[in-house]
Amino acid sequence: MQERPFQVIGIGAAFSPTLKANLYESSRLSLAFDATLVLIHVGEDSVEKRNQLDEILAPFKKEGLGYAYVFQPGNPVESILEAAQKHQIDLLILGALQRENIVNYYVGSIARKITRKAPCSVLLLIKPSIERVPCDHIVVNGLEAEKTKQTIGAAFHVAHRLKAGRLTIVEEIRQQEIAIKAQDDKSLRQVTLKKEKLKRREDMRVQQMIEAVPQAIKEGITIETQPIFGRRGYSIGHYAEVVRADLLVMNASKSGSFWDRLFPHDIEHILTELPTDVLIIQ
Amino acid sequence: MSAKKNNIGDFMKSLPKNIFSGFVVSLIALPLGLGLAMASDAPPISGIITAVIGGITVSILGGSNVTITGPGNGLVGVLLVSITTLGIEGAYAAIICSGAVLLILGFLRLGKLADFFPSSAIQGMLAAIGLIILGKQFHIMLGNKITREGNIDYLLEIPRTIINAFNYENAGFTYAAIFGVLSLAIMVFYSKIRNKYLQLVPAPMWIVLLSIGFSYYYELVAKAPNPIAPEYMISGIPALGEIVSDIPTPNFTGISSMAFWGNVLALTLIASIESLLSIKAVDKLDPEKRRSNINRDLKALGLATVGSGFVGGMNVVTVIARSSVNVNNGGTNRSANFFHATFLVLFIALFSTQLTRIPLPALMAILVYTGYKLANPAMIRKIFSIGKEQLIIFFATLLTTLFVGLITGIVIGVITTLVIHLIVNKNIGLFLRNVLKPNVLMYQETEGNYYVSVKHFCTFLNYYRLKEKIDDLPEDQDVVVDFSMCAFVDHTVMENVHDYQELFAKRGGHFDVIGLDMHDTDSAHPFALRRLLPIPKVISKNLTRRQHLLEELSKDYHLEYIPQKNKDIRALESFVYFKTKQIQDIYNELYTDEHTLHAFDIHYSEGEFIAKENVRATMLTIDIACPMPSFTIDKEGFLEKFYGLAGYRDINISGHSDFSKRFYLLGEDEQAIRDFFTDDLVHFFESNPYYHIESNGTQLLIFNKERTASIKEIKALLDYGKRLQQVICDIDVNQPSQ
Repeated sequence: MQERPFQVIGIGAAFSPTLKANLYESSRLSLAFDATLVLIHVGEDSVEKRNQLDEILAPFKKEGLGYAYVFQPGNPVESILEAAQKHQIDLLILGALQRENIVNYYVGSIARKITRKAPCSVLLLIKPSIERVPCDHIVVNGLEAEKTKQTIGAAFHVAHRLKAGRLTIVEEIRQQEIAIKAQDDKSLRQVTLKKEKLKRREDMRVQQMIEAVPQAIKEGITIETQPIFGRRGYSIGHYAEVVRADLLVMNASKSGSFWDRLFPHDIEHILTELPTDVLIIQ
Repeated sequence: MSAKKNNIGDFMKSLPKNIFSGFVVSLIALPLGLGLAMASDAPPISGIITAVIGGITVSILGGSNVTITGPGNGLVGVLLVSITTLGIEGAYAAIICSGAVLLILGFLRLGKLADFFPSSAIQGMLAAIGLIILGKQFHIMLGNKITREGNIDYLLEIPRTIINAFNYENAGFTYAAIFGVLSLAIMVFYSKIRNKYLQLVPAPMWIVLLSIGFSYYYELVAKAPNPIAPEYMISGIPALGEIVSDIPTPNFTGISSMAFWGNVLALTLIASIESLLSIKAVDKLDPEKRRSNINRDLKALGLATVGSGFVGGMNVVTVIARSSVNVNNGGTNRSANFFHATFLVLFIALFSTQLTRIPLPALMAILVYTGYKLANPAMIRKIFSIGKEQLIIFFATLLTTLFVGLITGIVIGVITTLVIHLIVNKNIGLFLRNVLKPNVLMYQETEGNYYVSVKHFCTFLNYYRLKEKIDDLPEDQDVVVDFSMCAFVDHTVMENVHDYQELFAKRGGHFDVIGLDMHDTDSAHPFALRRLLPIPKVISKNLTRRQHLLEELSKDYHLEYIPQKNKDIRALESFVYFKTKQIQDIYNELYTDEHTLHAFDIHYSEGEFIAKENVRATMLTIDIACPMPSFTIDKEGFLEKFYGLAGYRDINISGHSDFSKRFYLLGEDEQAIRDFFTDDLVHFFESNPYYHIESNGTQLLIFNKERTASIKEIKALLDYGKRLQQVICDIDVNQPSQ
């Protein structure tokens, strides 16, 4: 487990109405993680722009925030990815869009492309705000995958740094794993037993991963586990929405091939329908 | 091994009951089988063949318990078309093919197929089938055999047949008509006369017995020919030997034509829908509360249909009327179905000549009654009360089925439903974007009950996802289904959810639906479709099912119930819990007589503007007359979430380490709180479920979940509050003496 998983935090700075809120959020996070903030602007360098950004960041500079500018004209997706590579950014912050008139957030096409190709972790913010909104409850996936251990570690780290009081590890149990269909009383009993068994198995696996997390960063956090039954990658978002979590932490998906987009799975579902702020751990 | 032996013992013990029940069912199956076959223009005996093959095959291989199989009402319309277009031998081939398709459906586990049809469309289709049966047989019942082109022509000619019936020139026809009307009267009034001797024999059998008796009276006593015209008697009931020697050969020559497969499709569709609906309905009647294996039953029905087609029978389906008679007469397992088939064989073997003494109008009266039951005007009234839009779907399906055909009818029904859903919501995106999403989440809450949340929309299009999740749960569990994230719930889902509620209630579980109180509907019926309003109305006109139950609960517990929104929330704002929250309003209030206990649903929000989150929860406040310190208590570890405020720390009560470990107690005046938490109160907290409880000095605020509670949870909350109030009042009485 790294001491500081996020040392350089990057944010795309476009001069939009949400600029101030985005910068405030990322500055607060950089301070919380002891990280340097890198502002990536897709466009030409100019004194005016620098002044405007400096002005917004002034209150955080006083608190000791270190930041740098990157001006990189060109295609937004490529520019940001290139800058992320060059400046060894560990965490890239992206804003989400809200669907008109309904409370439904989704990731725009540019941010989606960046998320798929990003070499680092990505944080998708659904509602950046100038005032600090405390992060109380973090939901993290407990999938049976290589990266999960690292993801859970990072989630604890984030919880520790953001002083979140509660962390829920969600084990998604797939329908296929149950393998039996409840068709009559006998198979129903089998299904119920099998579910119990799966729940116990999953719980043991997750407990082992929790054990591996250093005690220091577990301090003061209520840890819960919750097995859920639903589609992998989608239902965890649904769960986060139901329990009104403040942050959802997930594994990055392995590949972003054409088929993955045609038949959305895991992360792709979440991108079309952000339940809350989402942190994707690379 | 002993369990197995026991099973056989139980089986043997229940055998007499099942034999009797099978006998009673066969009494109905005999006339009904003959009638249904004749109504389909098939030889009368083919109805009996269907019941025999179906009864034997499905009782051995099927997956349901108390169902009876045989020729179905719904299939009459389709079979009629098949036989007229393909000829009887061709129709047998189509029946065999449809059996094979059913078999495949069973193997592919497509028993859920019937879930994809909107219930109003299915009702419309069944009503149309009822009208087809009624329209055609009504004329024969009144001694007026006619042949017309379309289904609708038969219906239009009913008044003329009635008028004509009074002036037949041939007295034989008049007798036939009298017999038909008498039989119909028996069918109608039978259920109204509650006489245990009369009820021993089912109504259709009374008709058979009376007509055979009537015929024997003329032959043996009056020594005169039967006055009913001979062409109105059943003809062509072969003896057992003849059936075996005269097995027809199915004609597969039409197998390459579109018309053939159109018929196969229609037969399969109706057979599966009728069977699946019946199995679902019969499962609710099963006294032993077993769950049928639908796919296994489909396989058995398919195989039975293939067999029946080869020996000159029709499609085998599960039939609701005969199955419910079976349950009522004590049938407990599949052997009843087997014995019903056995008795039918016996009847044919022993009484095949007597059966020819039954006049046709008598049999057709049974069918007219069945048709009327399917197209009951009371059903239209019920659908109208659910909503005008359901009536449009119903009539669109019914009329298309009558004028064009069954398949077109059901397709039009589905399309009409879709269009109406689009019009009601004015939002195509809602459906297009979300129809493929796995929108149902289920998990077990820490209290042990299951929680199912449905997102986006829930209609007949994606109901199967919800069904899949619920079907995986044992029916003796507590389930809460939350529709609060659902923008639209349609009638099909509401009706099915209601069925689940009944099923769970019967089997000792609880099935609660929450999150619909903020949805709008135009009708007061509990099954009406519901749409989430972007801006909630001040007072919604119609109460939801949960609200009706709350009303009932209030009467039961002698409480005052006010469903309307109440903006007067000053009293609540003094609680620390709401310091960081904005209370919008409270609704669904329940008061005790003295207004000391007050339960309510509350709508509040956290954060403002873009970070705003709306929460709906159920809470309880209690007025405490005696002095009480301000404090907050909850499960250890949960409070930090609510109180990030500095300066508070856990207060431990000496001598109660378990309590101190499990509960987190907060408050400013530590000494007063320690004094207040007497042994009795501590024991009360230790021995009861966790709730979040806060005192502001005069009132207690109690809740446990940040969502609206189910009815059962509200009862638990009220009970908890009452007992807590009792314990605290006792403290007050005891304290001066200390």
